[in-house]
Amino acid sequence: MNVTAVTGETSEKHPLEDYLRVERLPHIWCPGCGLGVILGAFLRGLLKSGLTPEKTAVVSGIGCTGRVAGYINLDSFHTTHGRAIAFATGLKLANPELKVVVFSGDGDIAAIGGNHLIHAGRRNIDMTVLCVNNFNYGMTGGQFGPTTPSMARSTTSRAGNVENPFNMSALAAASGAVYVARWTAAQVHQMERSITEALLKKGFSFVEIISPCPTYYGRMNRQPTGLDQMRYYRSNAIVRHGANPNEVGVGMSGQIITGKFVDIELPYLPGPKDRNNGG
Amino acid sequence: MPDRSHLEGEHFMSGDEACAEGAISAGCRFFAGYPITPATEIAERMSDRLPEVGGTYIQMEDELGSMAAVLGASWGNVKAMTATSGPGFSLMMENIGLGVMLETPCVVVNVQRAGPSTGLPTMVGQGDMMQARWGSHGCYSIIAVSPSSPQEVYDLTIKAFNLSERFRLPVLMMTDGAIGHIYEKVVIPPLSEIQLVPRRRPDVPPGEYWPYVPDADLVPPMANTGEGYRFHITGLTHDERGYPVMTPEAQDKLVRRLVEKVERYRDEITELEEEGIDDAEVVVCTYGVTARVAMIAIEHARQEGIRVGLLRLITIWPFPEDRIREIARQVKAFIVPEINYGQISLEVERSAAGMTRTILVPNMGGAVHDPETIMDAIRQAVQ
Repeated sequence: MNVTAVTGETSEKHPLEDYLRVERLPHIWCPGCGLGVILGAFLRGLLKSGLTPEKTAVVSGIGCTGRVAGYINLDSFHTTHGRAIAFATGLKLANPELKVVVFSGDGDIAAIGGNHLIHAGRRNIDMTVLCVNNFNYGMTGGQFGPTTPSMARSTTSRAGNVENPFNMSALAAASGAVYVARWTAAQVHQMERSITEALLKKGFSFVEIISPCPTYYGRMNRQPTGLDQMRYYRSNAIVRHGANPNEVGVGMSGQIITGKFVDIELPYLPGPKDRNNGG
Repeated sequence: MPDRSHLEGEHFMSGDEACAEGAISAGCRFFAGYPITPATEIAERMSDRLPEVGGTYIQMEDELGSMAAVLGASWGNVKAMTATSGPGFSLMMENIGLGVMLETPCVVVNVQRAGPSTGLPTMVGQGDMMQARWGSHGCYSIIAVSPSSPQEVYDLTIKAFNLSERFRLPVLMMTDGAIGHIYEKVVIPPLSEIQLVPRRRPDVPPGEYWPYVPDADLVPPMANTGEGYRFHITGLTHDERGYPVMTPEAQDKLVRRLVEKVERYRDEITELEEEGIDDAEVVVCTYGVTARVAMIAIEHARQEGIRVGLLRLITIWPFPEDRIREIARQVKAFIVPEINYGQISLEVERSAAGMTRTILVPNMGGAVHDPETIMDAIRQAVQ
């Protein structure tokens, strides 16, 4: 099936059509969600990287972002909540020829999967993690999570979140990631360029993408539409390459510091000499 | 340098070491684990042996990650194993379920110790037998085997890999702290005498491949990652394309197949050791290290003139209920000694279906049975 058949219009084939499971569209994401924009940027970033798509595998965990794997027409794995990085570690070590990409959300990566994030960073496993941060658990109905800013409201913190959030870019950098960048869903070109760089980086690369969740986080925090959230990002996201990751925490309001924070070279696993395909 | 890829010959080896050697012989080239007594020696030996054979050892941050990495490695086209004990087995349940759902061949070794919780970390137990069957959520079938000697650990580890490839699911190796630490003679046969089941590959080109179209025996072929098949697999209830389908009908079709692909072939899977059952008035049904103790009790009982048979369960799951039912018709009782407060005895009782008594000889763990306790149960059964 292709898009033109669905619409009945004669038009050129969409350039990403070969990399999407078109027969599964429309997707399940809410109107105003940032995931469509981010998925497009990932696929364009992948194609620009020159990597062989057939040798690229996408691993997701659970949640709204976890559903990305199901729409990407590559070898794709929708695993258990939090375990995408651990699954991906086994996949990459077993077959070092693969480019392994973990595509998952902030709850999956920083809460239930937080331990796997820091240890994959510590080992400097050669993989790319794209973490979509919408500041709450969207799939289950907007509960606060490890990235929810202090005082932000959610369906389990109606009076305001009393906890401190993780700054995920700092967490990844502290764990040993050799490439760390953050963009908002409103910075599509920068995000796409960063994804290409991250995919080509040898070692553990981490791209945090701040993304609207108008259905829950936005609605409960005075940004009720995806457009409101995107406008907020446009007005408040500033680019500061090389910023100290420890100084780029994200609050409920004010500036969102974006850019490439870390880009260094360190030995990684599986190293060039470790390449084997055992079985 | 001598070729250490296959250590053919006679060895003096612990059960844990034999497990690692069995895995190497079976072609296992990936191990992910987390240190835990009394399974640690498996990890230690794998960390030595895998680099010698071009494999990969990784020590994960916990058993959640170990099990997930094993599944990932299996999808990376490498035979993969992990080994743990009770506390780690509990953590692995999450991704054992994913392994069942994604139909991922791999082997999980549980060198059981006494629980619950941290329990007796260095001491023997058999308290995870029901967890092996039912420990992950939802409805599924599983295969579990239980060895009674280091030699059998070696042999069954190879068999576990073969079963996991044949049926595409995690196979559980339910050994225990005593068998794991016993040193005995282990004979590693020539590689040419070891039969290995190859992974079932798709016979259709990429583009025509759907990951969950089963063959006639309900097991689907498995594509290799990175070869252009562009498959999608998910822990969600899915159809033959691997795509999520949230309907009771899809659930019914999938879960039935996941269960039936094992249950339909229980005769092919089941391995039992039987001795003296034909004229037995009582049968001791046992497994693992407890079978060794039970054999002492059986010997003594026979000297007292009691006709006692031995039924040793080598395959635990699927449970050999048909054979138990047959025997139930002719005996006064089953005696079931096990190092727990009654798990496999419940299955024996269920399978006997009221045709004979089932007498549990429990033992809370920390040591094997005193054979006298099994003797007492045998005497009681024939009175």
